[in-house]
Amino acid sequence: MSEQWEPRIVAFFCTWCTYTAADLAGISRMTYAPNGRIIRVMCSGRMDPQFVLKALADGADGVLIGGCHPGDCHYQAGNYKALRRYTLLKRVLTEMGIEPERVRLEWISASEGDRVQKVMNEMAEQIRKLGPLQLERPLPQPLPETERGAVPLPVAGRGLRG
Amino acid sequence: MSKPKVGFYWCASCGGCEEAVVDLAEDILKVVEAVDIAFWPVALDFKRADVEAMKDGELAACFVNGAIRTSEQEEMAELLRKKSQLLIAFGSCSHLGGVPGLANLWDRQAIFEYVYKEAPSVTNPDGVVPQEQLKLGSNGYALTLPSFRDSVKTLDQTVEVDYYLPGCPPPVKLIANAVMAILEGKLPPKGTVLAPDKALCEECPRKPTKPDKLALKELKRPHQIQIDSEKCLLAQGLLCLGPATRSGCGAPCVSANMPCTGCLGPTSRVKDYGAKALSAIASLIDAEDEKEIAAIMEQIVDPVGTFYRYSLPASLLHRRVRNLTPGPFPKGKGRD
Ligand code: SF4
Ligand code: SF4
Ligand code: SF4
Ligand code: FES
Repeated sequence: MSEQWEPRIVAFFCTWCTYTAADLAGISRMTYAPNGRIIRVMCSGRMDPQFVLKALADGADGVLIGGCHPGDCHYQAGNYKALRRYTLLKRVLTEMGIEPERVRLEWISASEGDRVQKVMNEMAEQIRKLGPLQLERPLPQPLPETERGAVPLPVAGRGLRG
Repeated sequence: MSKPKVGFYWCASCGGCEEAVVDLAEDILKVVEAVDIAFWPVALDFKRADVEAMKDGELAACFVNGAIRTSEQEEMAELLRKKSQLLIAFGSCSHLGGVPGLANLWDRQAIFEYVYKEAPSVTNPDGVVPQEQLKLGSNGYALTLPSFRDSVKTLDQTVEVDYYLPGCPPPVKLIANAVMAILEGKLPPKGTVLAPDKALCEECPRKPTKPDKLALKELKRPHQIQIDSEKCLLAQGLLCLGPATRSGCGAPCVSANMPCTGCLGPTSRVKDYGAKALSAIASLIDAEDEKEIAAIMEQIVDPVGTFYRYSLPASLLHRRVRNLTPGPFPKGKGRD
């Protein structure tokens, strides 16, 4: 196919609200920008800032996080936690030269299928305006650190006296 | 049997790591007794040619400190990799990019402009900046300098690394343990960071005063308050990164009334130290209103310098993104 660039958005949706809303949007046959890849999380409070960075580092042009409205989080305060992390993460992203508009946090309840449609469309439009996120070619990845306590490799001959 | 040979080398380094080796004090005598130091430019007169003359794998172990910034450091890393059975990244700079890695917020051009032209202490009317090659006189004799790369890398982003000794500089106890483990051949799996895999709070003398549930309304800097010398620093509103940092240092900073800045890096399950530390601190903020949260976060003056002080090159983003203007579709960036 053509070389036409399309915004690539990773959407982390809370299973109790936004994910259900996206389902509803589907069942209701609402059409919206197909640029989002939805990943279901148990709560927006499960969003580790590393997930956002990993998505961006691996080729996403934008990240959308959807959680329950304030006061409605299934686990009481997960969404407030998400909001705090998101606020601080945005400052770091800005300093790292990434436009803060590439990452967005939205409260969308299970019944708001139309909001999923609207936000996804807006986000795709926003990212289209910003263009592809051009990170540097990733550097070779270090070996994953083996979990401590794993069976040690045989080290015969590797010790200085071996 | 001849003694095993070891080497020490420095790349983009402050010299503190070399100092740490000397800090082994009497223990260094034991090391000297057990091994033959075959390469240590900072202390003994060895040249690159001496290393080049070695057989592959002749060094049983080589400890490399400092980050990788220049072409010469890349060459030395490759050379030492070839000549060593074990290559150990020594210190935060080598392990995670370290303080010099914060230069990844800029690039070569910006650094040269500032350092050689704009800095207030610089007089350089001709605007001279380092050249990689200069032809001299009529005989065409060429002087060369290593190339200064755009970004700082960690050692393991340059060559394969066997083990890591974390810390800025690594704590003496960890160095001694690592040397003993190598001498006795009692090494953990390749790729291990040679320090306990627990958070610093676990070994902090202030741990008993750390509340189970912290809720902070304000973040403070050390000069703004009278620090209680017994109470957990985080509980006093200071940005102590102990909860996100690997233990093994014995918390000397905390004991000296200074919050931990995270030099030992993350525990094994964390991919991006800064993101983890940021997450740990943000979770403790006691506010639910968007504006109030933002106002409290504003009290962190320099977020990247705070959370990525020792680990920017090792982070998931590696460096600041340079191209801010929307460009054409970048070649080679795989799209599905
Ligand atoms: S890790 Fe710290 S002490 Fe060692 S070279 Fe880097 S800045 Fe210096
Ligand atoms: S937060 Fe800092 S002062 Fe408090 S227990 Fe952890 S390391 Fe110690
Ligand atoms: S307390 Fe923190 S900053 Fe100080 S040596 Fe330990 S890990 Fe490094
Ligand atoms: S359960 Fe939806 S945000 Fe917590």
